[in-house]
Amino acid sequence: MNMKNVSRCLLFFSSLLFLKGVAAQEPTAPDVLVKNVTLEVVEIIAKDKEIRSGDRAKLISVIDAKVLPHFNFASMTALAMGQNWRAATPEQKRQLVDAFRTLLVRTYASALAAYSEQKFDFRPLRAKPSDTDVMVQVRVLQPGAQPVPIDYAMEKTAAGWKVYDVMVGGVSLVANYRTEFATVVRNSSIDGLIKDLQAKNRTLEQRSLEQKK
Amino acid sequence: MRRLALLLAALAASGCASSPDADPRDPLEPMNRAVYKFNDAFDEAIAKPVAGAYRDVLHVEIRNRVSNFFSNIQDIFIGVNDLLQGKLQEGVEDWARFAFNSTIGLLGIHDVASDMGIEKRNEDFGQTFGRWGVDSGPYLILPFLGSSTLRDTVGTGFDWYFAPLAEARPIALRNSLYGLYFVNTRAELLEASSLLEQAALDRYIFQRDAYLQRRRSLIYDGSPPRIREEVNDTPDSTVK
Repeated sequence: MNMKNVSRCLLFFSSLLFLKGVAAQEPTAPDVLVKNVTLEVVEIIAKDKEIRSGDRAKLISVIDAKVLPHFNFASMTALAMGQNWRAATPEQKRQLVDAFRTLLVRTYASALAAYSEQKFDFRPLRAKPSDTDVMVQVRVLQPGAQPVPIDYAMEKTAAGWKVYDVMVGGVSLVANYRTEFATVVRNSSIDGLIKDLQAKNRTLEQRSLEQKK
Repeated sequence: MRRLALLLAALAASGCASSPDADPRDPLEPMNRAVYKFNDAFDEAIAKPVAGAYRDVLHVEIRNRVSNFFSNIQDIFIGVNDLLQGKLQEGVEDWARFAFNSTIGLLGIHDVASDMGIEKRNEDFGQTFGRWGVDSGPYLILPFLGSSTLRDTVGTGFDWYFAPLAEARPIALRNSLYGLYFVNTRAELLEASSLLEQAALDRYIFQRDAYLQRRRSLIYDGSPPRIREEVNDTPDSTVK
């Protein structure tokens, strides 16, 4: 065995050790994750004058950087597609996830833009340490009205906890899109749905450009 | 009440005309879509512009006072409905809210009860019937009022029949209060409705499903029994 091979072996083993170290470390707890991300994003928005005065592109870039990594859009899209997901080709799946993600991010940005210093009540997580599918509950408090519950359905993956559904006031986004998607697919096709989603995104993009002018 | 009965009979009759692949929760979809279209036209032409002007003219602090005023009056029957559902403590708290807000809160324009930690609740007769086990019945879109179900339509009838607002006299005052209530409520919904427009491919379907989910959640006070969704395909390794 020459020196080169020895060093290669060492490298290999040390990388194994490193991987093991990472795996042994528990990922951030889901409720802690939701709290940290929510407070961080809200603080960024509160401090950023451009976002406050309606710079949608900048808000979306903040969401891209801070929020998106914690969502599993493939899961969300698969759940929203239901039965039709299995019928889709890998290329169709890629396009569906892509278009759905864009739509959700735009909607999320609009919801966030309406944020005006409401307070949050982060509920204690009711789950066993061994659970891999949990519901993280947050309530948005507003004077004179019933608090709005926002529930994040999260699953444990190799890359940490990921959100796969959001429920606002008891309305699940995924369940809501499921009927819509099923209707479009039934009336046209999966490609028809992809086209509809992409057209929708283009319209929204155009509108936000027009608002800027 | 008789007109309502006639309306319901007409609805039931037109149910026979529904298309075969309709959503089972919405057998009257063709008729509902027609009413939806009418409501939408009315909203675009009148309700939304008026609500927008109202929002632009009145400062948010004042609009909040108006919302609080109506919200306070409703607490009386929110309490009644909590009691009808056997939620004794909740009902008493709703009435405590009304007592504090009507007095210290100056006829309800200040929500002092929330500051004291007595939480606002959301109850109505439709939810009470649901809690008693009455099925929602077919989904309905009511003229001007929007999304409902057969059960919730009857519930809304009760809500309005008992509404303390209806007792206001003289009639001119009562009607002004009604007007203010509807404009203020529509103004509260301006942001939500523009979100809906953004998020939905088909607003009718999106709104219907959101309404049905929301009502179900409200009936169980935010924690309905979870329907386990079966998607046999595990989400996915082919996409990354």
